[in-house]
Amino acid sequence: MATKVYGGIAVEVDDEGFLKKATEWTPEVAKAIAVEVGIPALTDKHWKVLEFARQDTASSGQSPGPRRIVASAGVSMKELYELFPKGPGKLVARVAGVPKPKACL
Amino acid sequence: MKHLLILGAGTAGTMVANRMVRKLSLEEWDVTVVDPDTTHLYQPGLLFLPFGNHEESELVRARGTTLDDRVRWVQRPVLEIDGQARSVQLEGGDRLPFDLLVIASGSRIRPDLTEGLLGDAWQRSVFDFYTLDGAVKLRDALAKFRGGRVVINLVELPIKCPVAPLEFAFLADEFFKRRGIRDDVELTYVTPLDGAFTKPIASKRLGHLLQEKSVKVETEFAVGSVTDHEIVSFDERRVPFDLLVTIPTHSGAAFVERSGLGNELAFVPTDKHSLAAKGLENVFVVGDATDVPASKAGSVAHFEAETLIENLERAASGRELVSTFDGHANCFVETGNGKALLIDFNYDVEPLPGKYPLPGLGPFSLLEESKLNHQGKLAFRWIYWNGLLPGKPIPVPAQMSLAGKEQPAP
Repeated sequence: MATKVYGGIAVEVDDEGFLKKATEWTPEVAKAIAVEVGIPALTDKHWKVLEFARQDTASSGQSPGPRRIVASAGVSMKELYELFPKGPGKLVARVAGVPKPKACL
Repeated sequence: MKHLLILGAGTAGTMVANRMVRKLSLEEWDVTVVDPDTTHLYQPGLLFLPFGNHEESELVRARGTTLDDRVRWVQRPVLEIDGQARSVQLEGGDRLPFDLLVIASGSRIRPDLTEGLLGDAWQRSVFDFYTLDGAVKLRDALAKFRGGRVVINLVELPIKCPVAPLEFAFLADEFFKRRGIRDDVELTYVTPLDGAFTKPIASKRLGHLLQEKSVKVETEFAVGSVTDHEIVSFDERRVPFDLLVTIPTHSGAAFVERSGLGNELAFVPTDKHSLAAKGLENVFVVGDATDVPASKAGSVAHFEAETLIENLERAASGRELVSTFDGHANCFVETGNGKALLIDFNYDVEPLPGKYPLPGLGPFSLLEESKLNHQGKLAFRWIYWNGLLPGKPIPVPAQMSLAGKEQPAP
């Protein structure tokens, strides 16, 4: 367990940099994590995806995968990959401050 | 007469039907399952079949022989559920009323959801092993395979038995070695996740298996399209293959979608502790059909059934539901060469090393390869047909226990 400072705010993160407590997330934290993962500026589309991920995780108890994001957040799969390059499932979760999507093993 | 209606007679539906006829007063209740298929498939066997280790006939039984005589079986496809009217419309016109409904319609592969997957190469050089037909055709292709690039690709989660793709990779390594052509085969495991293992402790303890077996791993690869010789990710990466073993996207039943009850993949939003369908009274969901964040696996269906049966009895007599399901899963993981791992975990606790089911004694080892674990996996087929499906008591607790598990240092 470690503490990191993002956007001037100290937050608890796990070994892979995911927030341990969704309640410690703020938009400032998100902006700083985004820079760290290679997204220099968050656009309105990024925010739409991040807001959906946070709401959905709170109501369903699990981080949404790419298909679920595309079905509900108003972006196409191609856009999602442009917004969060390489691994959108994982990157969205990291910036949105929700748990990393995992398999059982 | 009141009606308990169960949609689907797979592992979950059969188990629940066979147990409910003993729980409910049959003077007051009838128990009906609806399933159009005439056979019951032992799905764990599909992992072994492509390597020539099982005959098809060993994996299927006539549906009628798996259901208690007191269960009424309606052999028809479901068209739609009407939650308001408390009835289920069957294809062809009949309507079945219910007082309690259990959706146990499982999950199915949807190769149609990936561009090009059902193209000319389907079942010629592109195969699934999640259906009996797919597994049989893959067996025939593997028997003829002389060497080249074999790619095992998990398209997206959730899938049934999430460890099966990895097990397939391990068994393929053994299979090609046994045939003396391992050096001519390049085995690649392609996953949308950031590793073949994603939980920290499993990852640390098991990461070496892939190197030992020379299985290459390509991570964070989300398949956008498939041609007859390569898979292409949404971000334009390409992995070429001579033989593709695909684990396609899974979805729930078509009637769930038609009824407007499913999420984006037609899995039913379900309370993860009570198994009640969200927003629908007197409707429950069990097994692969739910959207709960547990594995889609027979063991999960079994442990869910304990909570579900209690809640069906409670709902039948108007009592408050219990919220006892903890996400418990328990899976043997074949690693090849007559060995297997065992993993035991739930919503909150990741797979940990230790002994199971008896703390310190086992006989099974958690997160560690052993021959006994493999024997356990093979013996399970007998237990499935003779214990689990008929609804006999199985001596493992429904809720996960930390006894016998080694906890990581905080």
